[in-house]
Amino acid sequence: MNGVIKRFWPLWLFLLLAALFAKALINIDRGVLDPHAIQSPLLNKAAPAFDLPALQNAAERVRSSDYRGRFVVFNVWGSWCVACREEHESLLKLQLERGVEIVGIDWKDDPNEAQRYLQKLGNPYRHVAVDRDGSIAINYGVYGAPESFLIAPNGVIVAKHTGPLTVEAFAQEFAPLMNAEQRR
Amino acid sequence: MMPEWGTLALAVAVVLALWSSVLGLAPLRWSESMSLALIRQSTYGVWLALTVAFAVLIHALVTHDFSVVYVAKNSNTELPVMYCVAAAWGAHEGSLLLWALLLSVWAVLVWNGSHALPSRLRLRVLGVLGLVQLGFLLFTLLTSSPFERAVVAPTEGADLNPILQDPALALHPPLLYMGYVGTAVAFAFAVAAMLGGQLDQRFARWARPWVLASWVSLTLGITLGSFWAYYELGWGGWWFWDPVENASFMPWLAATALIHSLAVTEKRGLFTQWTLLLSILTFSLSLLGTFLVRSGVLVSVHSFAADPTRGLFILGLLVFYIVGALLVYALKGQALKQSGGFTETSRESFLLINNALLVTTALLILLGTLWPLILEVFKWGQISVGPPYFNVAFMIPMLPLVFLVSVGAHAAWKYGALARRQRVLGALALVALGGGSLLALSYHAPVSLLTVSGFWAGLLVIFSSAYLWWNEFRSATGVKSAALGMVIAHIGIGVFTIGVSGVSSFAIEKDVSLGVHDAVPLADYTVQFLGTHPVKGPNYDGVGGAFVVLRDATVLAQLETQKRVFHAGGSAMTHAAIHSGGGYDLFLALGEDVGQGKWSVRLQYKPLVRLIWWGGVLMALGGLWALWFRAREGRA
Repeated sequence: MNGVIKRFWPLWLFLLLAALFAKALINIDRGVLDPHAIQSPLLNKAAPAFDLPALQNAAERVRSSDYRGRFVVFNVWGSWCVACREEHESLLKLQLERGVEIVGIDWKDDPNEAQRYLQKLGNPYRHVAVDRDGSIAINYGVYGAPESFLIAPNGVIVAKHTGPLTVEAFAQEFAPLMNAEQRR
Repeated sequence: MMPEWGTLALAVAVVLALWSSVLGLAPLRWSESMSLALIRQSTYGVWLALTVAFAVLIHALVTHDFSVVYVAKNSNTELPVMYCVAAAWGAHEGSLLLWALLLSVWAVLVWNGSHALPSRLRLRVLGVLGLVQLGFLLFTLLTSSPFERAVVAPTEGADLNPILQDPALALHPPLLYMGYVGTAVAFAFAVAAMLGGQLDQRFARWARPWVLASWVSLTLGITLGSFWAYYELGWGGWWFWDPVENASFMPWLAATALIHSLAVTEKRGLFTQWTLLLSILTFSLSLLGTFLVRSGVLVSVHSFAADPTRGLFILGLLVFYIVGALLVYALKGQALKQSGGFTETSRESFLLINNALLVTTALLILLGTLWPLILEVFKWGQISVGPPYFNVAFMIPMLPLVFLVSVGAHAAWKYGALARRQRVLGALALVALGGGSLLALSYHAPVSLLTVSGFWAGLLVIFSSAYLWWNEFRSATGVKSAALGMVIAHIGIGVFTIGVSGVSSFAIEKDVSLGVHDAVPLADYTVQFLGTHPVKGPNYDGVGGAFVVLRDATVLAQLETQKRVFHAGGSAMTHAAIHSGGGYDLFLALGEDVGQGKWSVRLQYKPLVRLIWWGGVLMALGGLWALWFRAREGRA
């Protein structure tokens, strides 16, 4: 018995470790564990305020406070961002077919490029705010574009989506929160 | 049609690797010399097939064959040819192919370097290598083929990850992989020796050069990676305790321990069982690294795209090889009762402590790396274990080890009596303490006990190693050249220790916003901003910031730092500017345009930082010297 412990201890130890890995992989597969999901510290906090020039007309302002009283999606994008181009189609769909109100935050971008981009691909945005130096995106804790934030009528961030916001992602992550609010 | 040839070559390699493992491990009816002749063919065959496969992949990348998914995802027509080639190991599928190719190179080297081995053992070693090869080839072919075709070929590809577009990084993975994969050779020797019951000094003599060779590659690969992170990532750190860095560092620690325990086994026939276990552990840690990087269970800047299927496959391989080896260890790895004792001050004792400290460090790092995962799996919450833990977990065992090296290397085998050298070593310790204190005070900054200890330990190792060399040289006992490798490597440890102590105690970091012609003082220097200008590269555009470094109104250097935005993917990269003076670096990185003609700039003063990498280079050189000397000795 003593010998069995002495000879086999490295094996038992390793099997324990392997079981841990297997469990982790299974959890990832089931979607229970997502090592990449970093909980945004801003979730369920008031959306950081902004007051930025509008893309189409620099004399106009786009203010975060303009959208109180209804659900709105703040979408951080840039004409330089390939994943945003990928996302664009679904944003158009969401706006046209589901009437989702989307406000763009044009991040670290050349406004002329951004205008050309929207002219070419279509404009899903209610308004586009120009965040040239990226200071507003910093307040929102943006790592990279695109990122989308669902803002509740009371101005609180209730959900965040990193990466392209597809119609499916919207239906799964954002829509239930909006419906729940309406039923209440 | 070309990519299909790649798949075919992979399939051929699978069959040949299977054939190698059958020839090496199965009880066959024909003679051993017959098996040897056949395994030679299949060993070379696997290598040839994988070389063809790799050449096909590089061809597809260089000719921009975007019908191949891997090519479309990792290269584009603007990418310079050199990086098209490097893209072959820039992502999961291609790097796995490189892994397999390098293993086949090791197998060929083992074939050529093992003529002196008993045929049965030689067959078994190559058989185990074939079995390892087989698993990874199946993994490549079934889950991660780089030759997969797209249904519709895009006209332009995405880009190679911009942070990989750098000469150092083009070399870092192949070197690191050579080291990683090389640990399989020690593993194969250990398993083969246990299967045949050849658990004596000969096993250690045969395995040692291979461990040394893979250790040298690992050392160079890690050093290069650290240097790259320093000058390319734009924040001036040289080690981040990222899970993937840890994954390369743990096998390094285990291999370092193994080199030393193999010395004891070879010279004295002791620690045999421990050495066997350590051979398995070293390879296991390098497999574990592969698992952590490629399964997506941990988040890291390095990790490849996460895929649970791949994760399960690698976990299967991991379990197969490690459980298999540990079973062999449990059933057949019981070495004979070992004879021969040693005293407390003998070299054996010091090497025992060396092993205990190195392995403890490796396990502490393993614990820290896996801790977030353990917490998440058991739903105890999310945490990230960062540098505070790792720095302490690394330093507590390692600083004493550096002191021990300076004494232990002088101890003799068996009845080590240090009395003869006690006085000189004592004097050297005093000189090192004095020198270390002076060095620490020369920075005109608050000095901690830890800083002085670091400088002291580093200098002491350098002095005592030099003294050891001088002694050997004088006594002319014929071990001169072999010992020189150890001396050089140990001096490397000292140099590294001084570098780490210096940079972690006296570095200065400033984030400032500068307008044109603004100047900031930094340590004894002044940095002046000259303004920005647009920059155009082959596959990126950007902004360059020009600076001058002054000391007492004399210009020391003109520097340019760049922010590059890559056309494909649009990601921005900072290209830092570094002025390396004698004993220090000034590190500048351009931040954002903060308006009104001002730019945010990060300035860093890094004293002695270069010693960290010179230390690594010296360690590798020491290993190379020992290898070269052994090879020469073997031929004589």
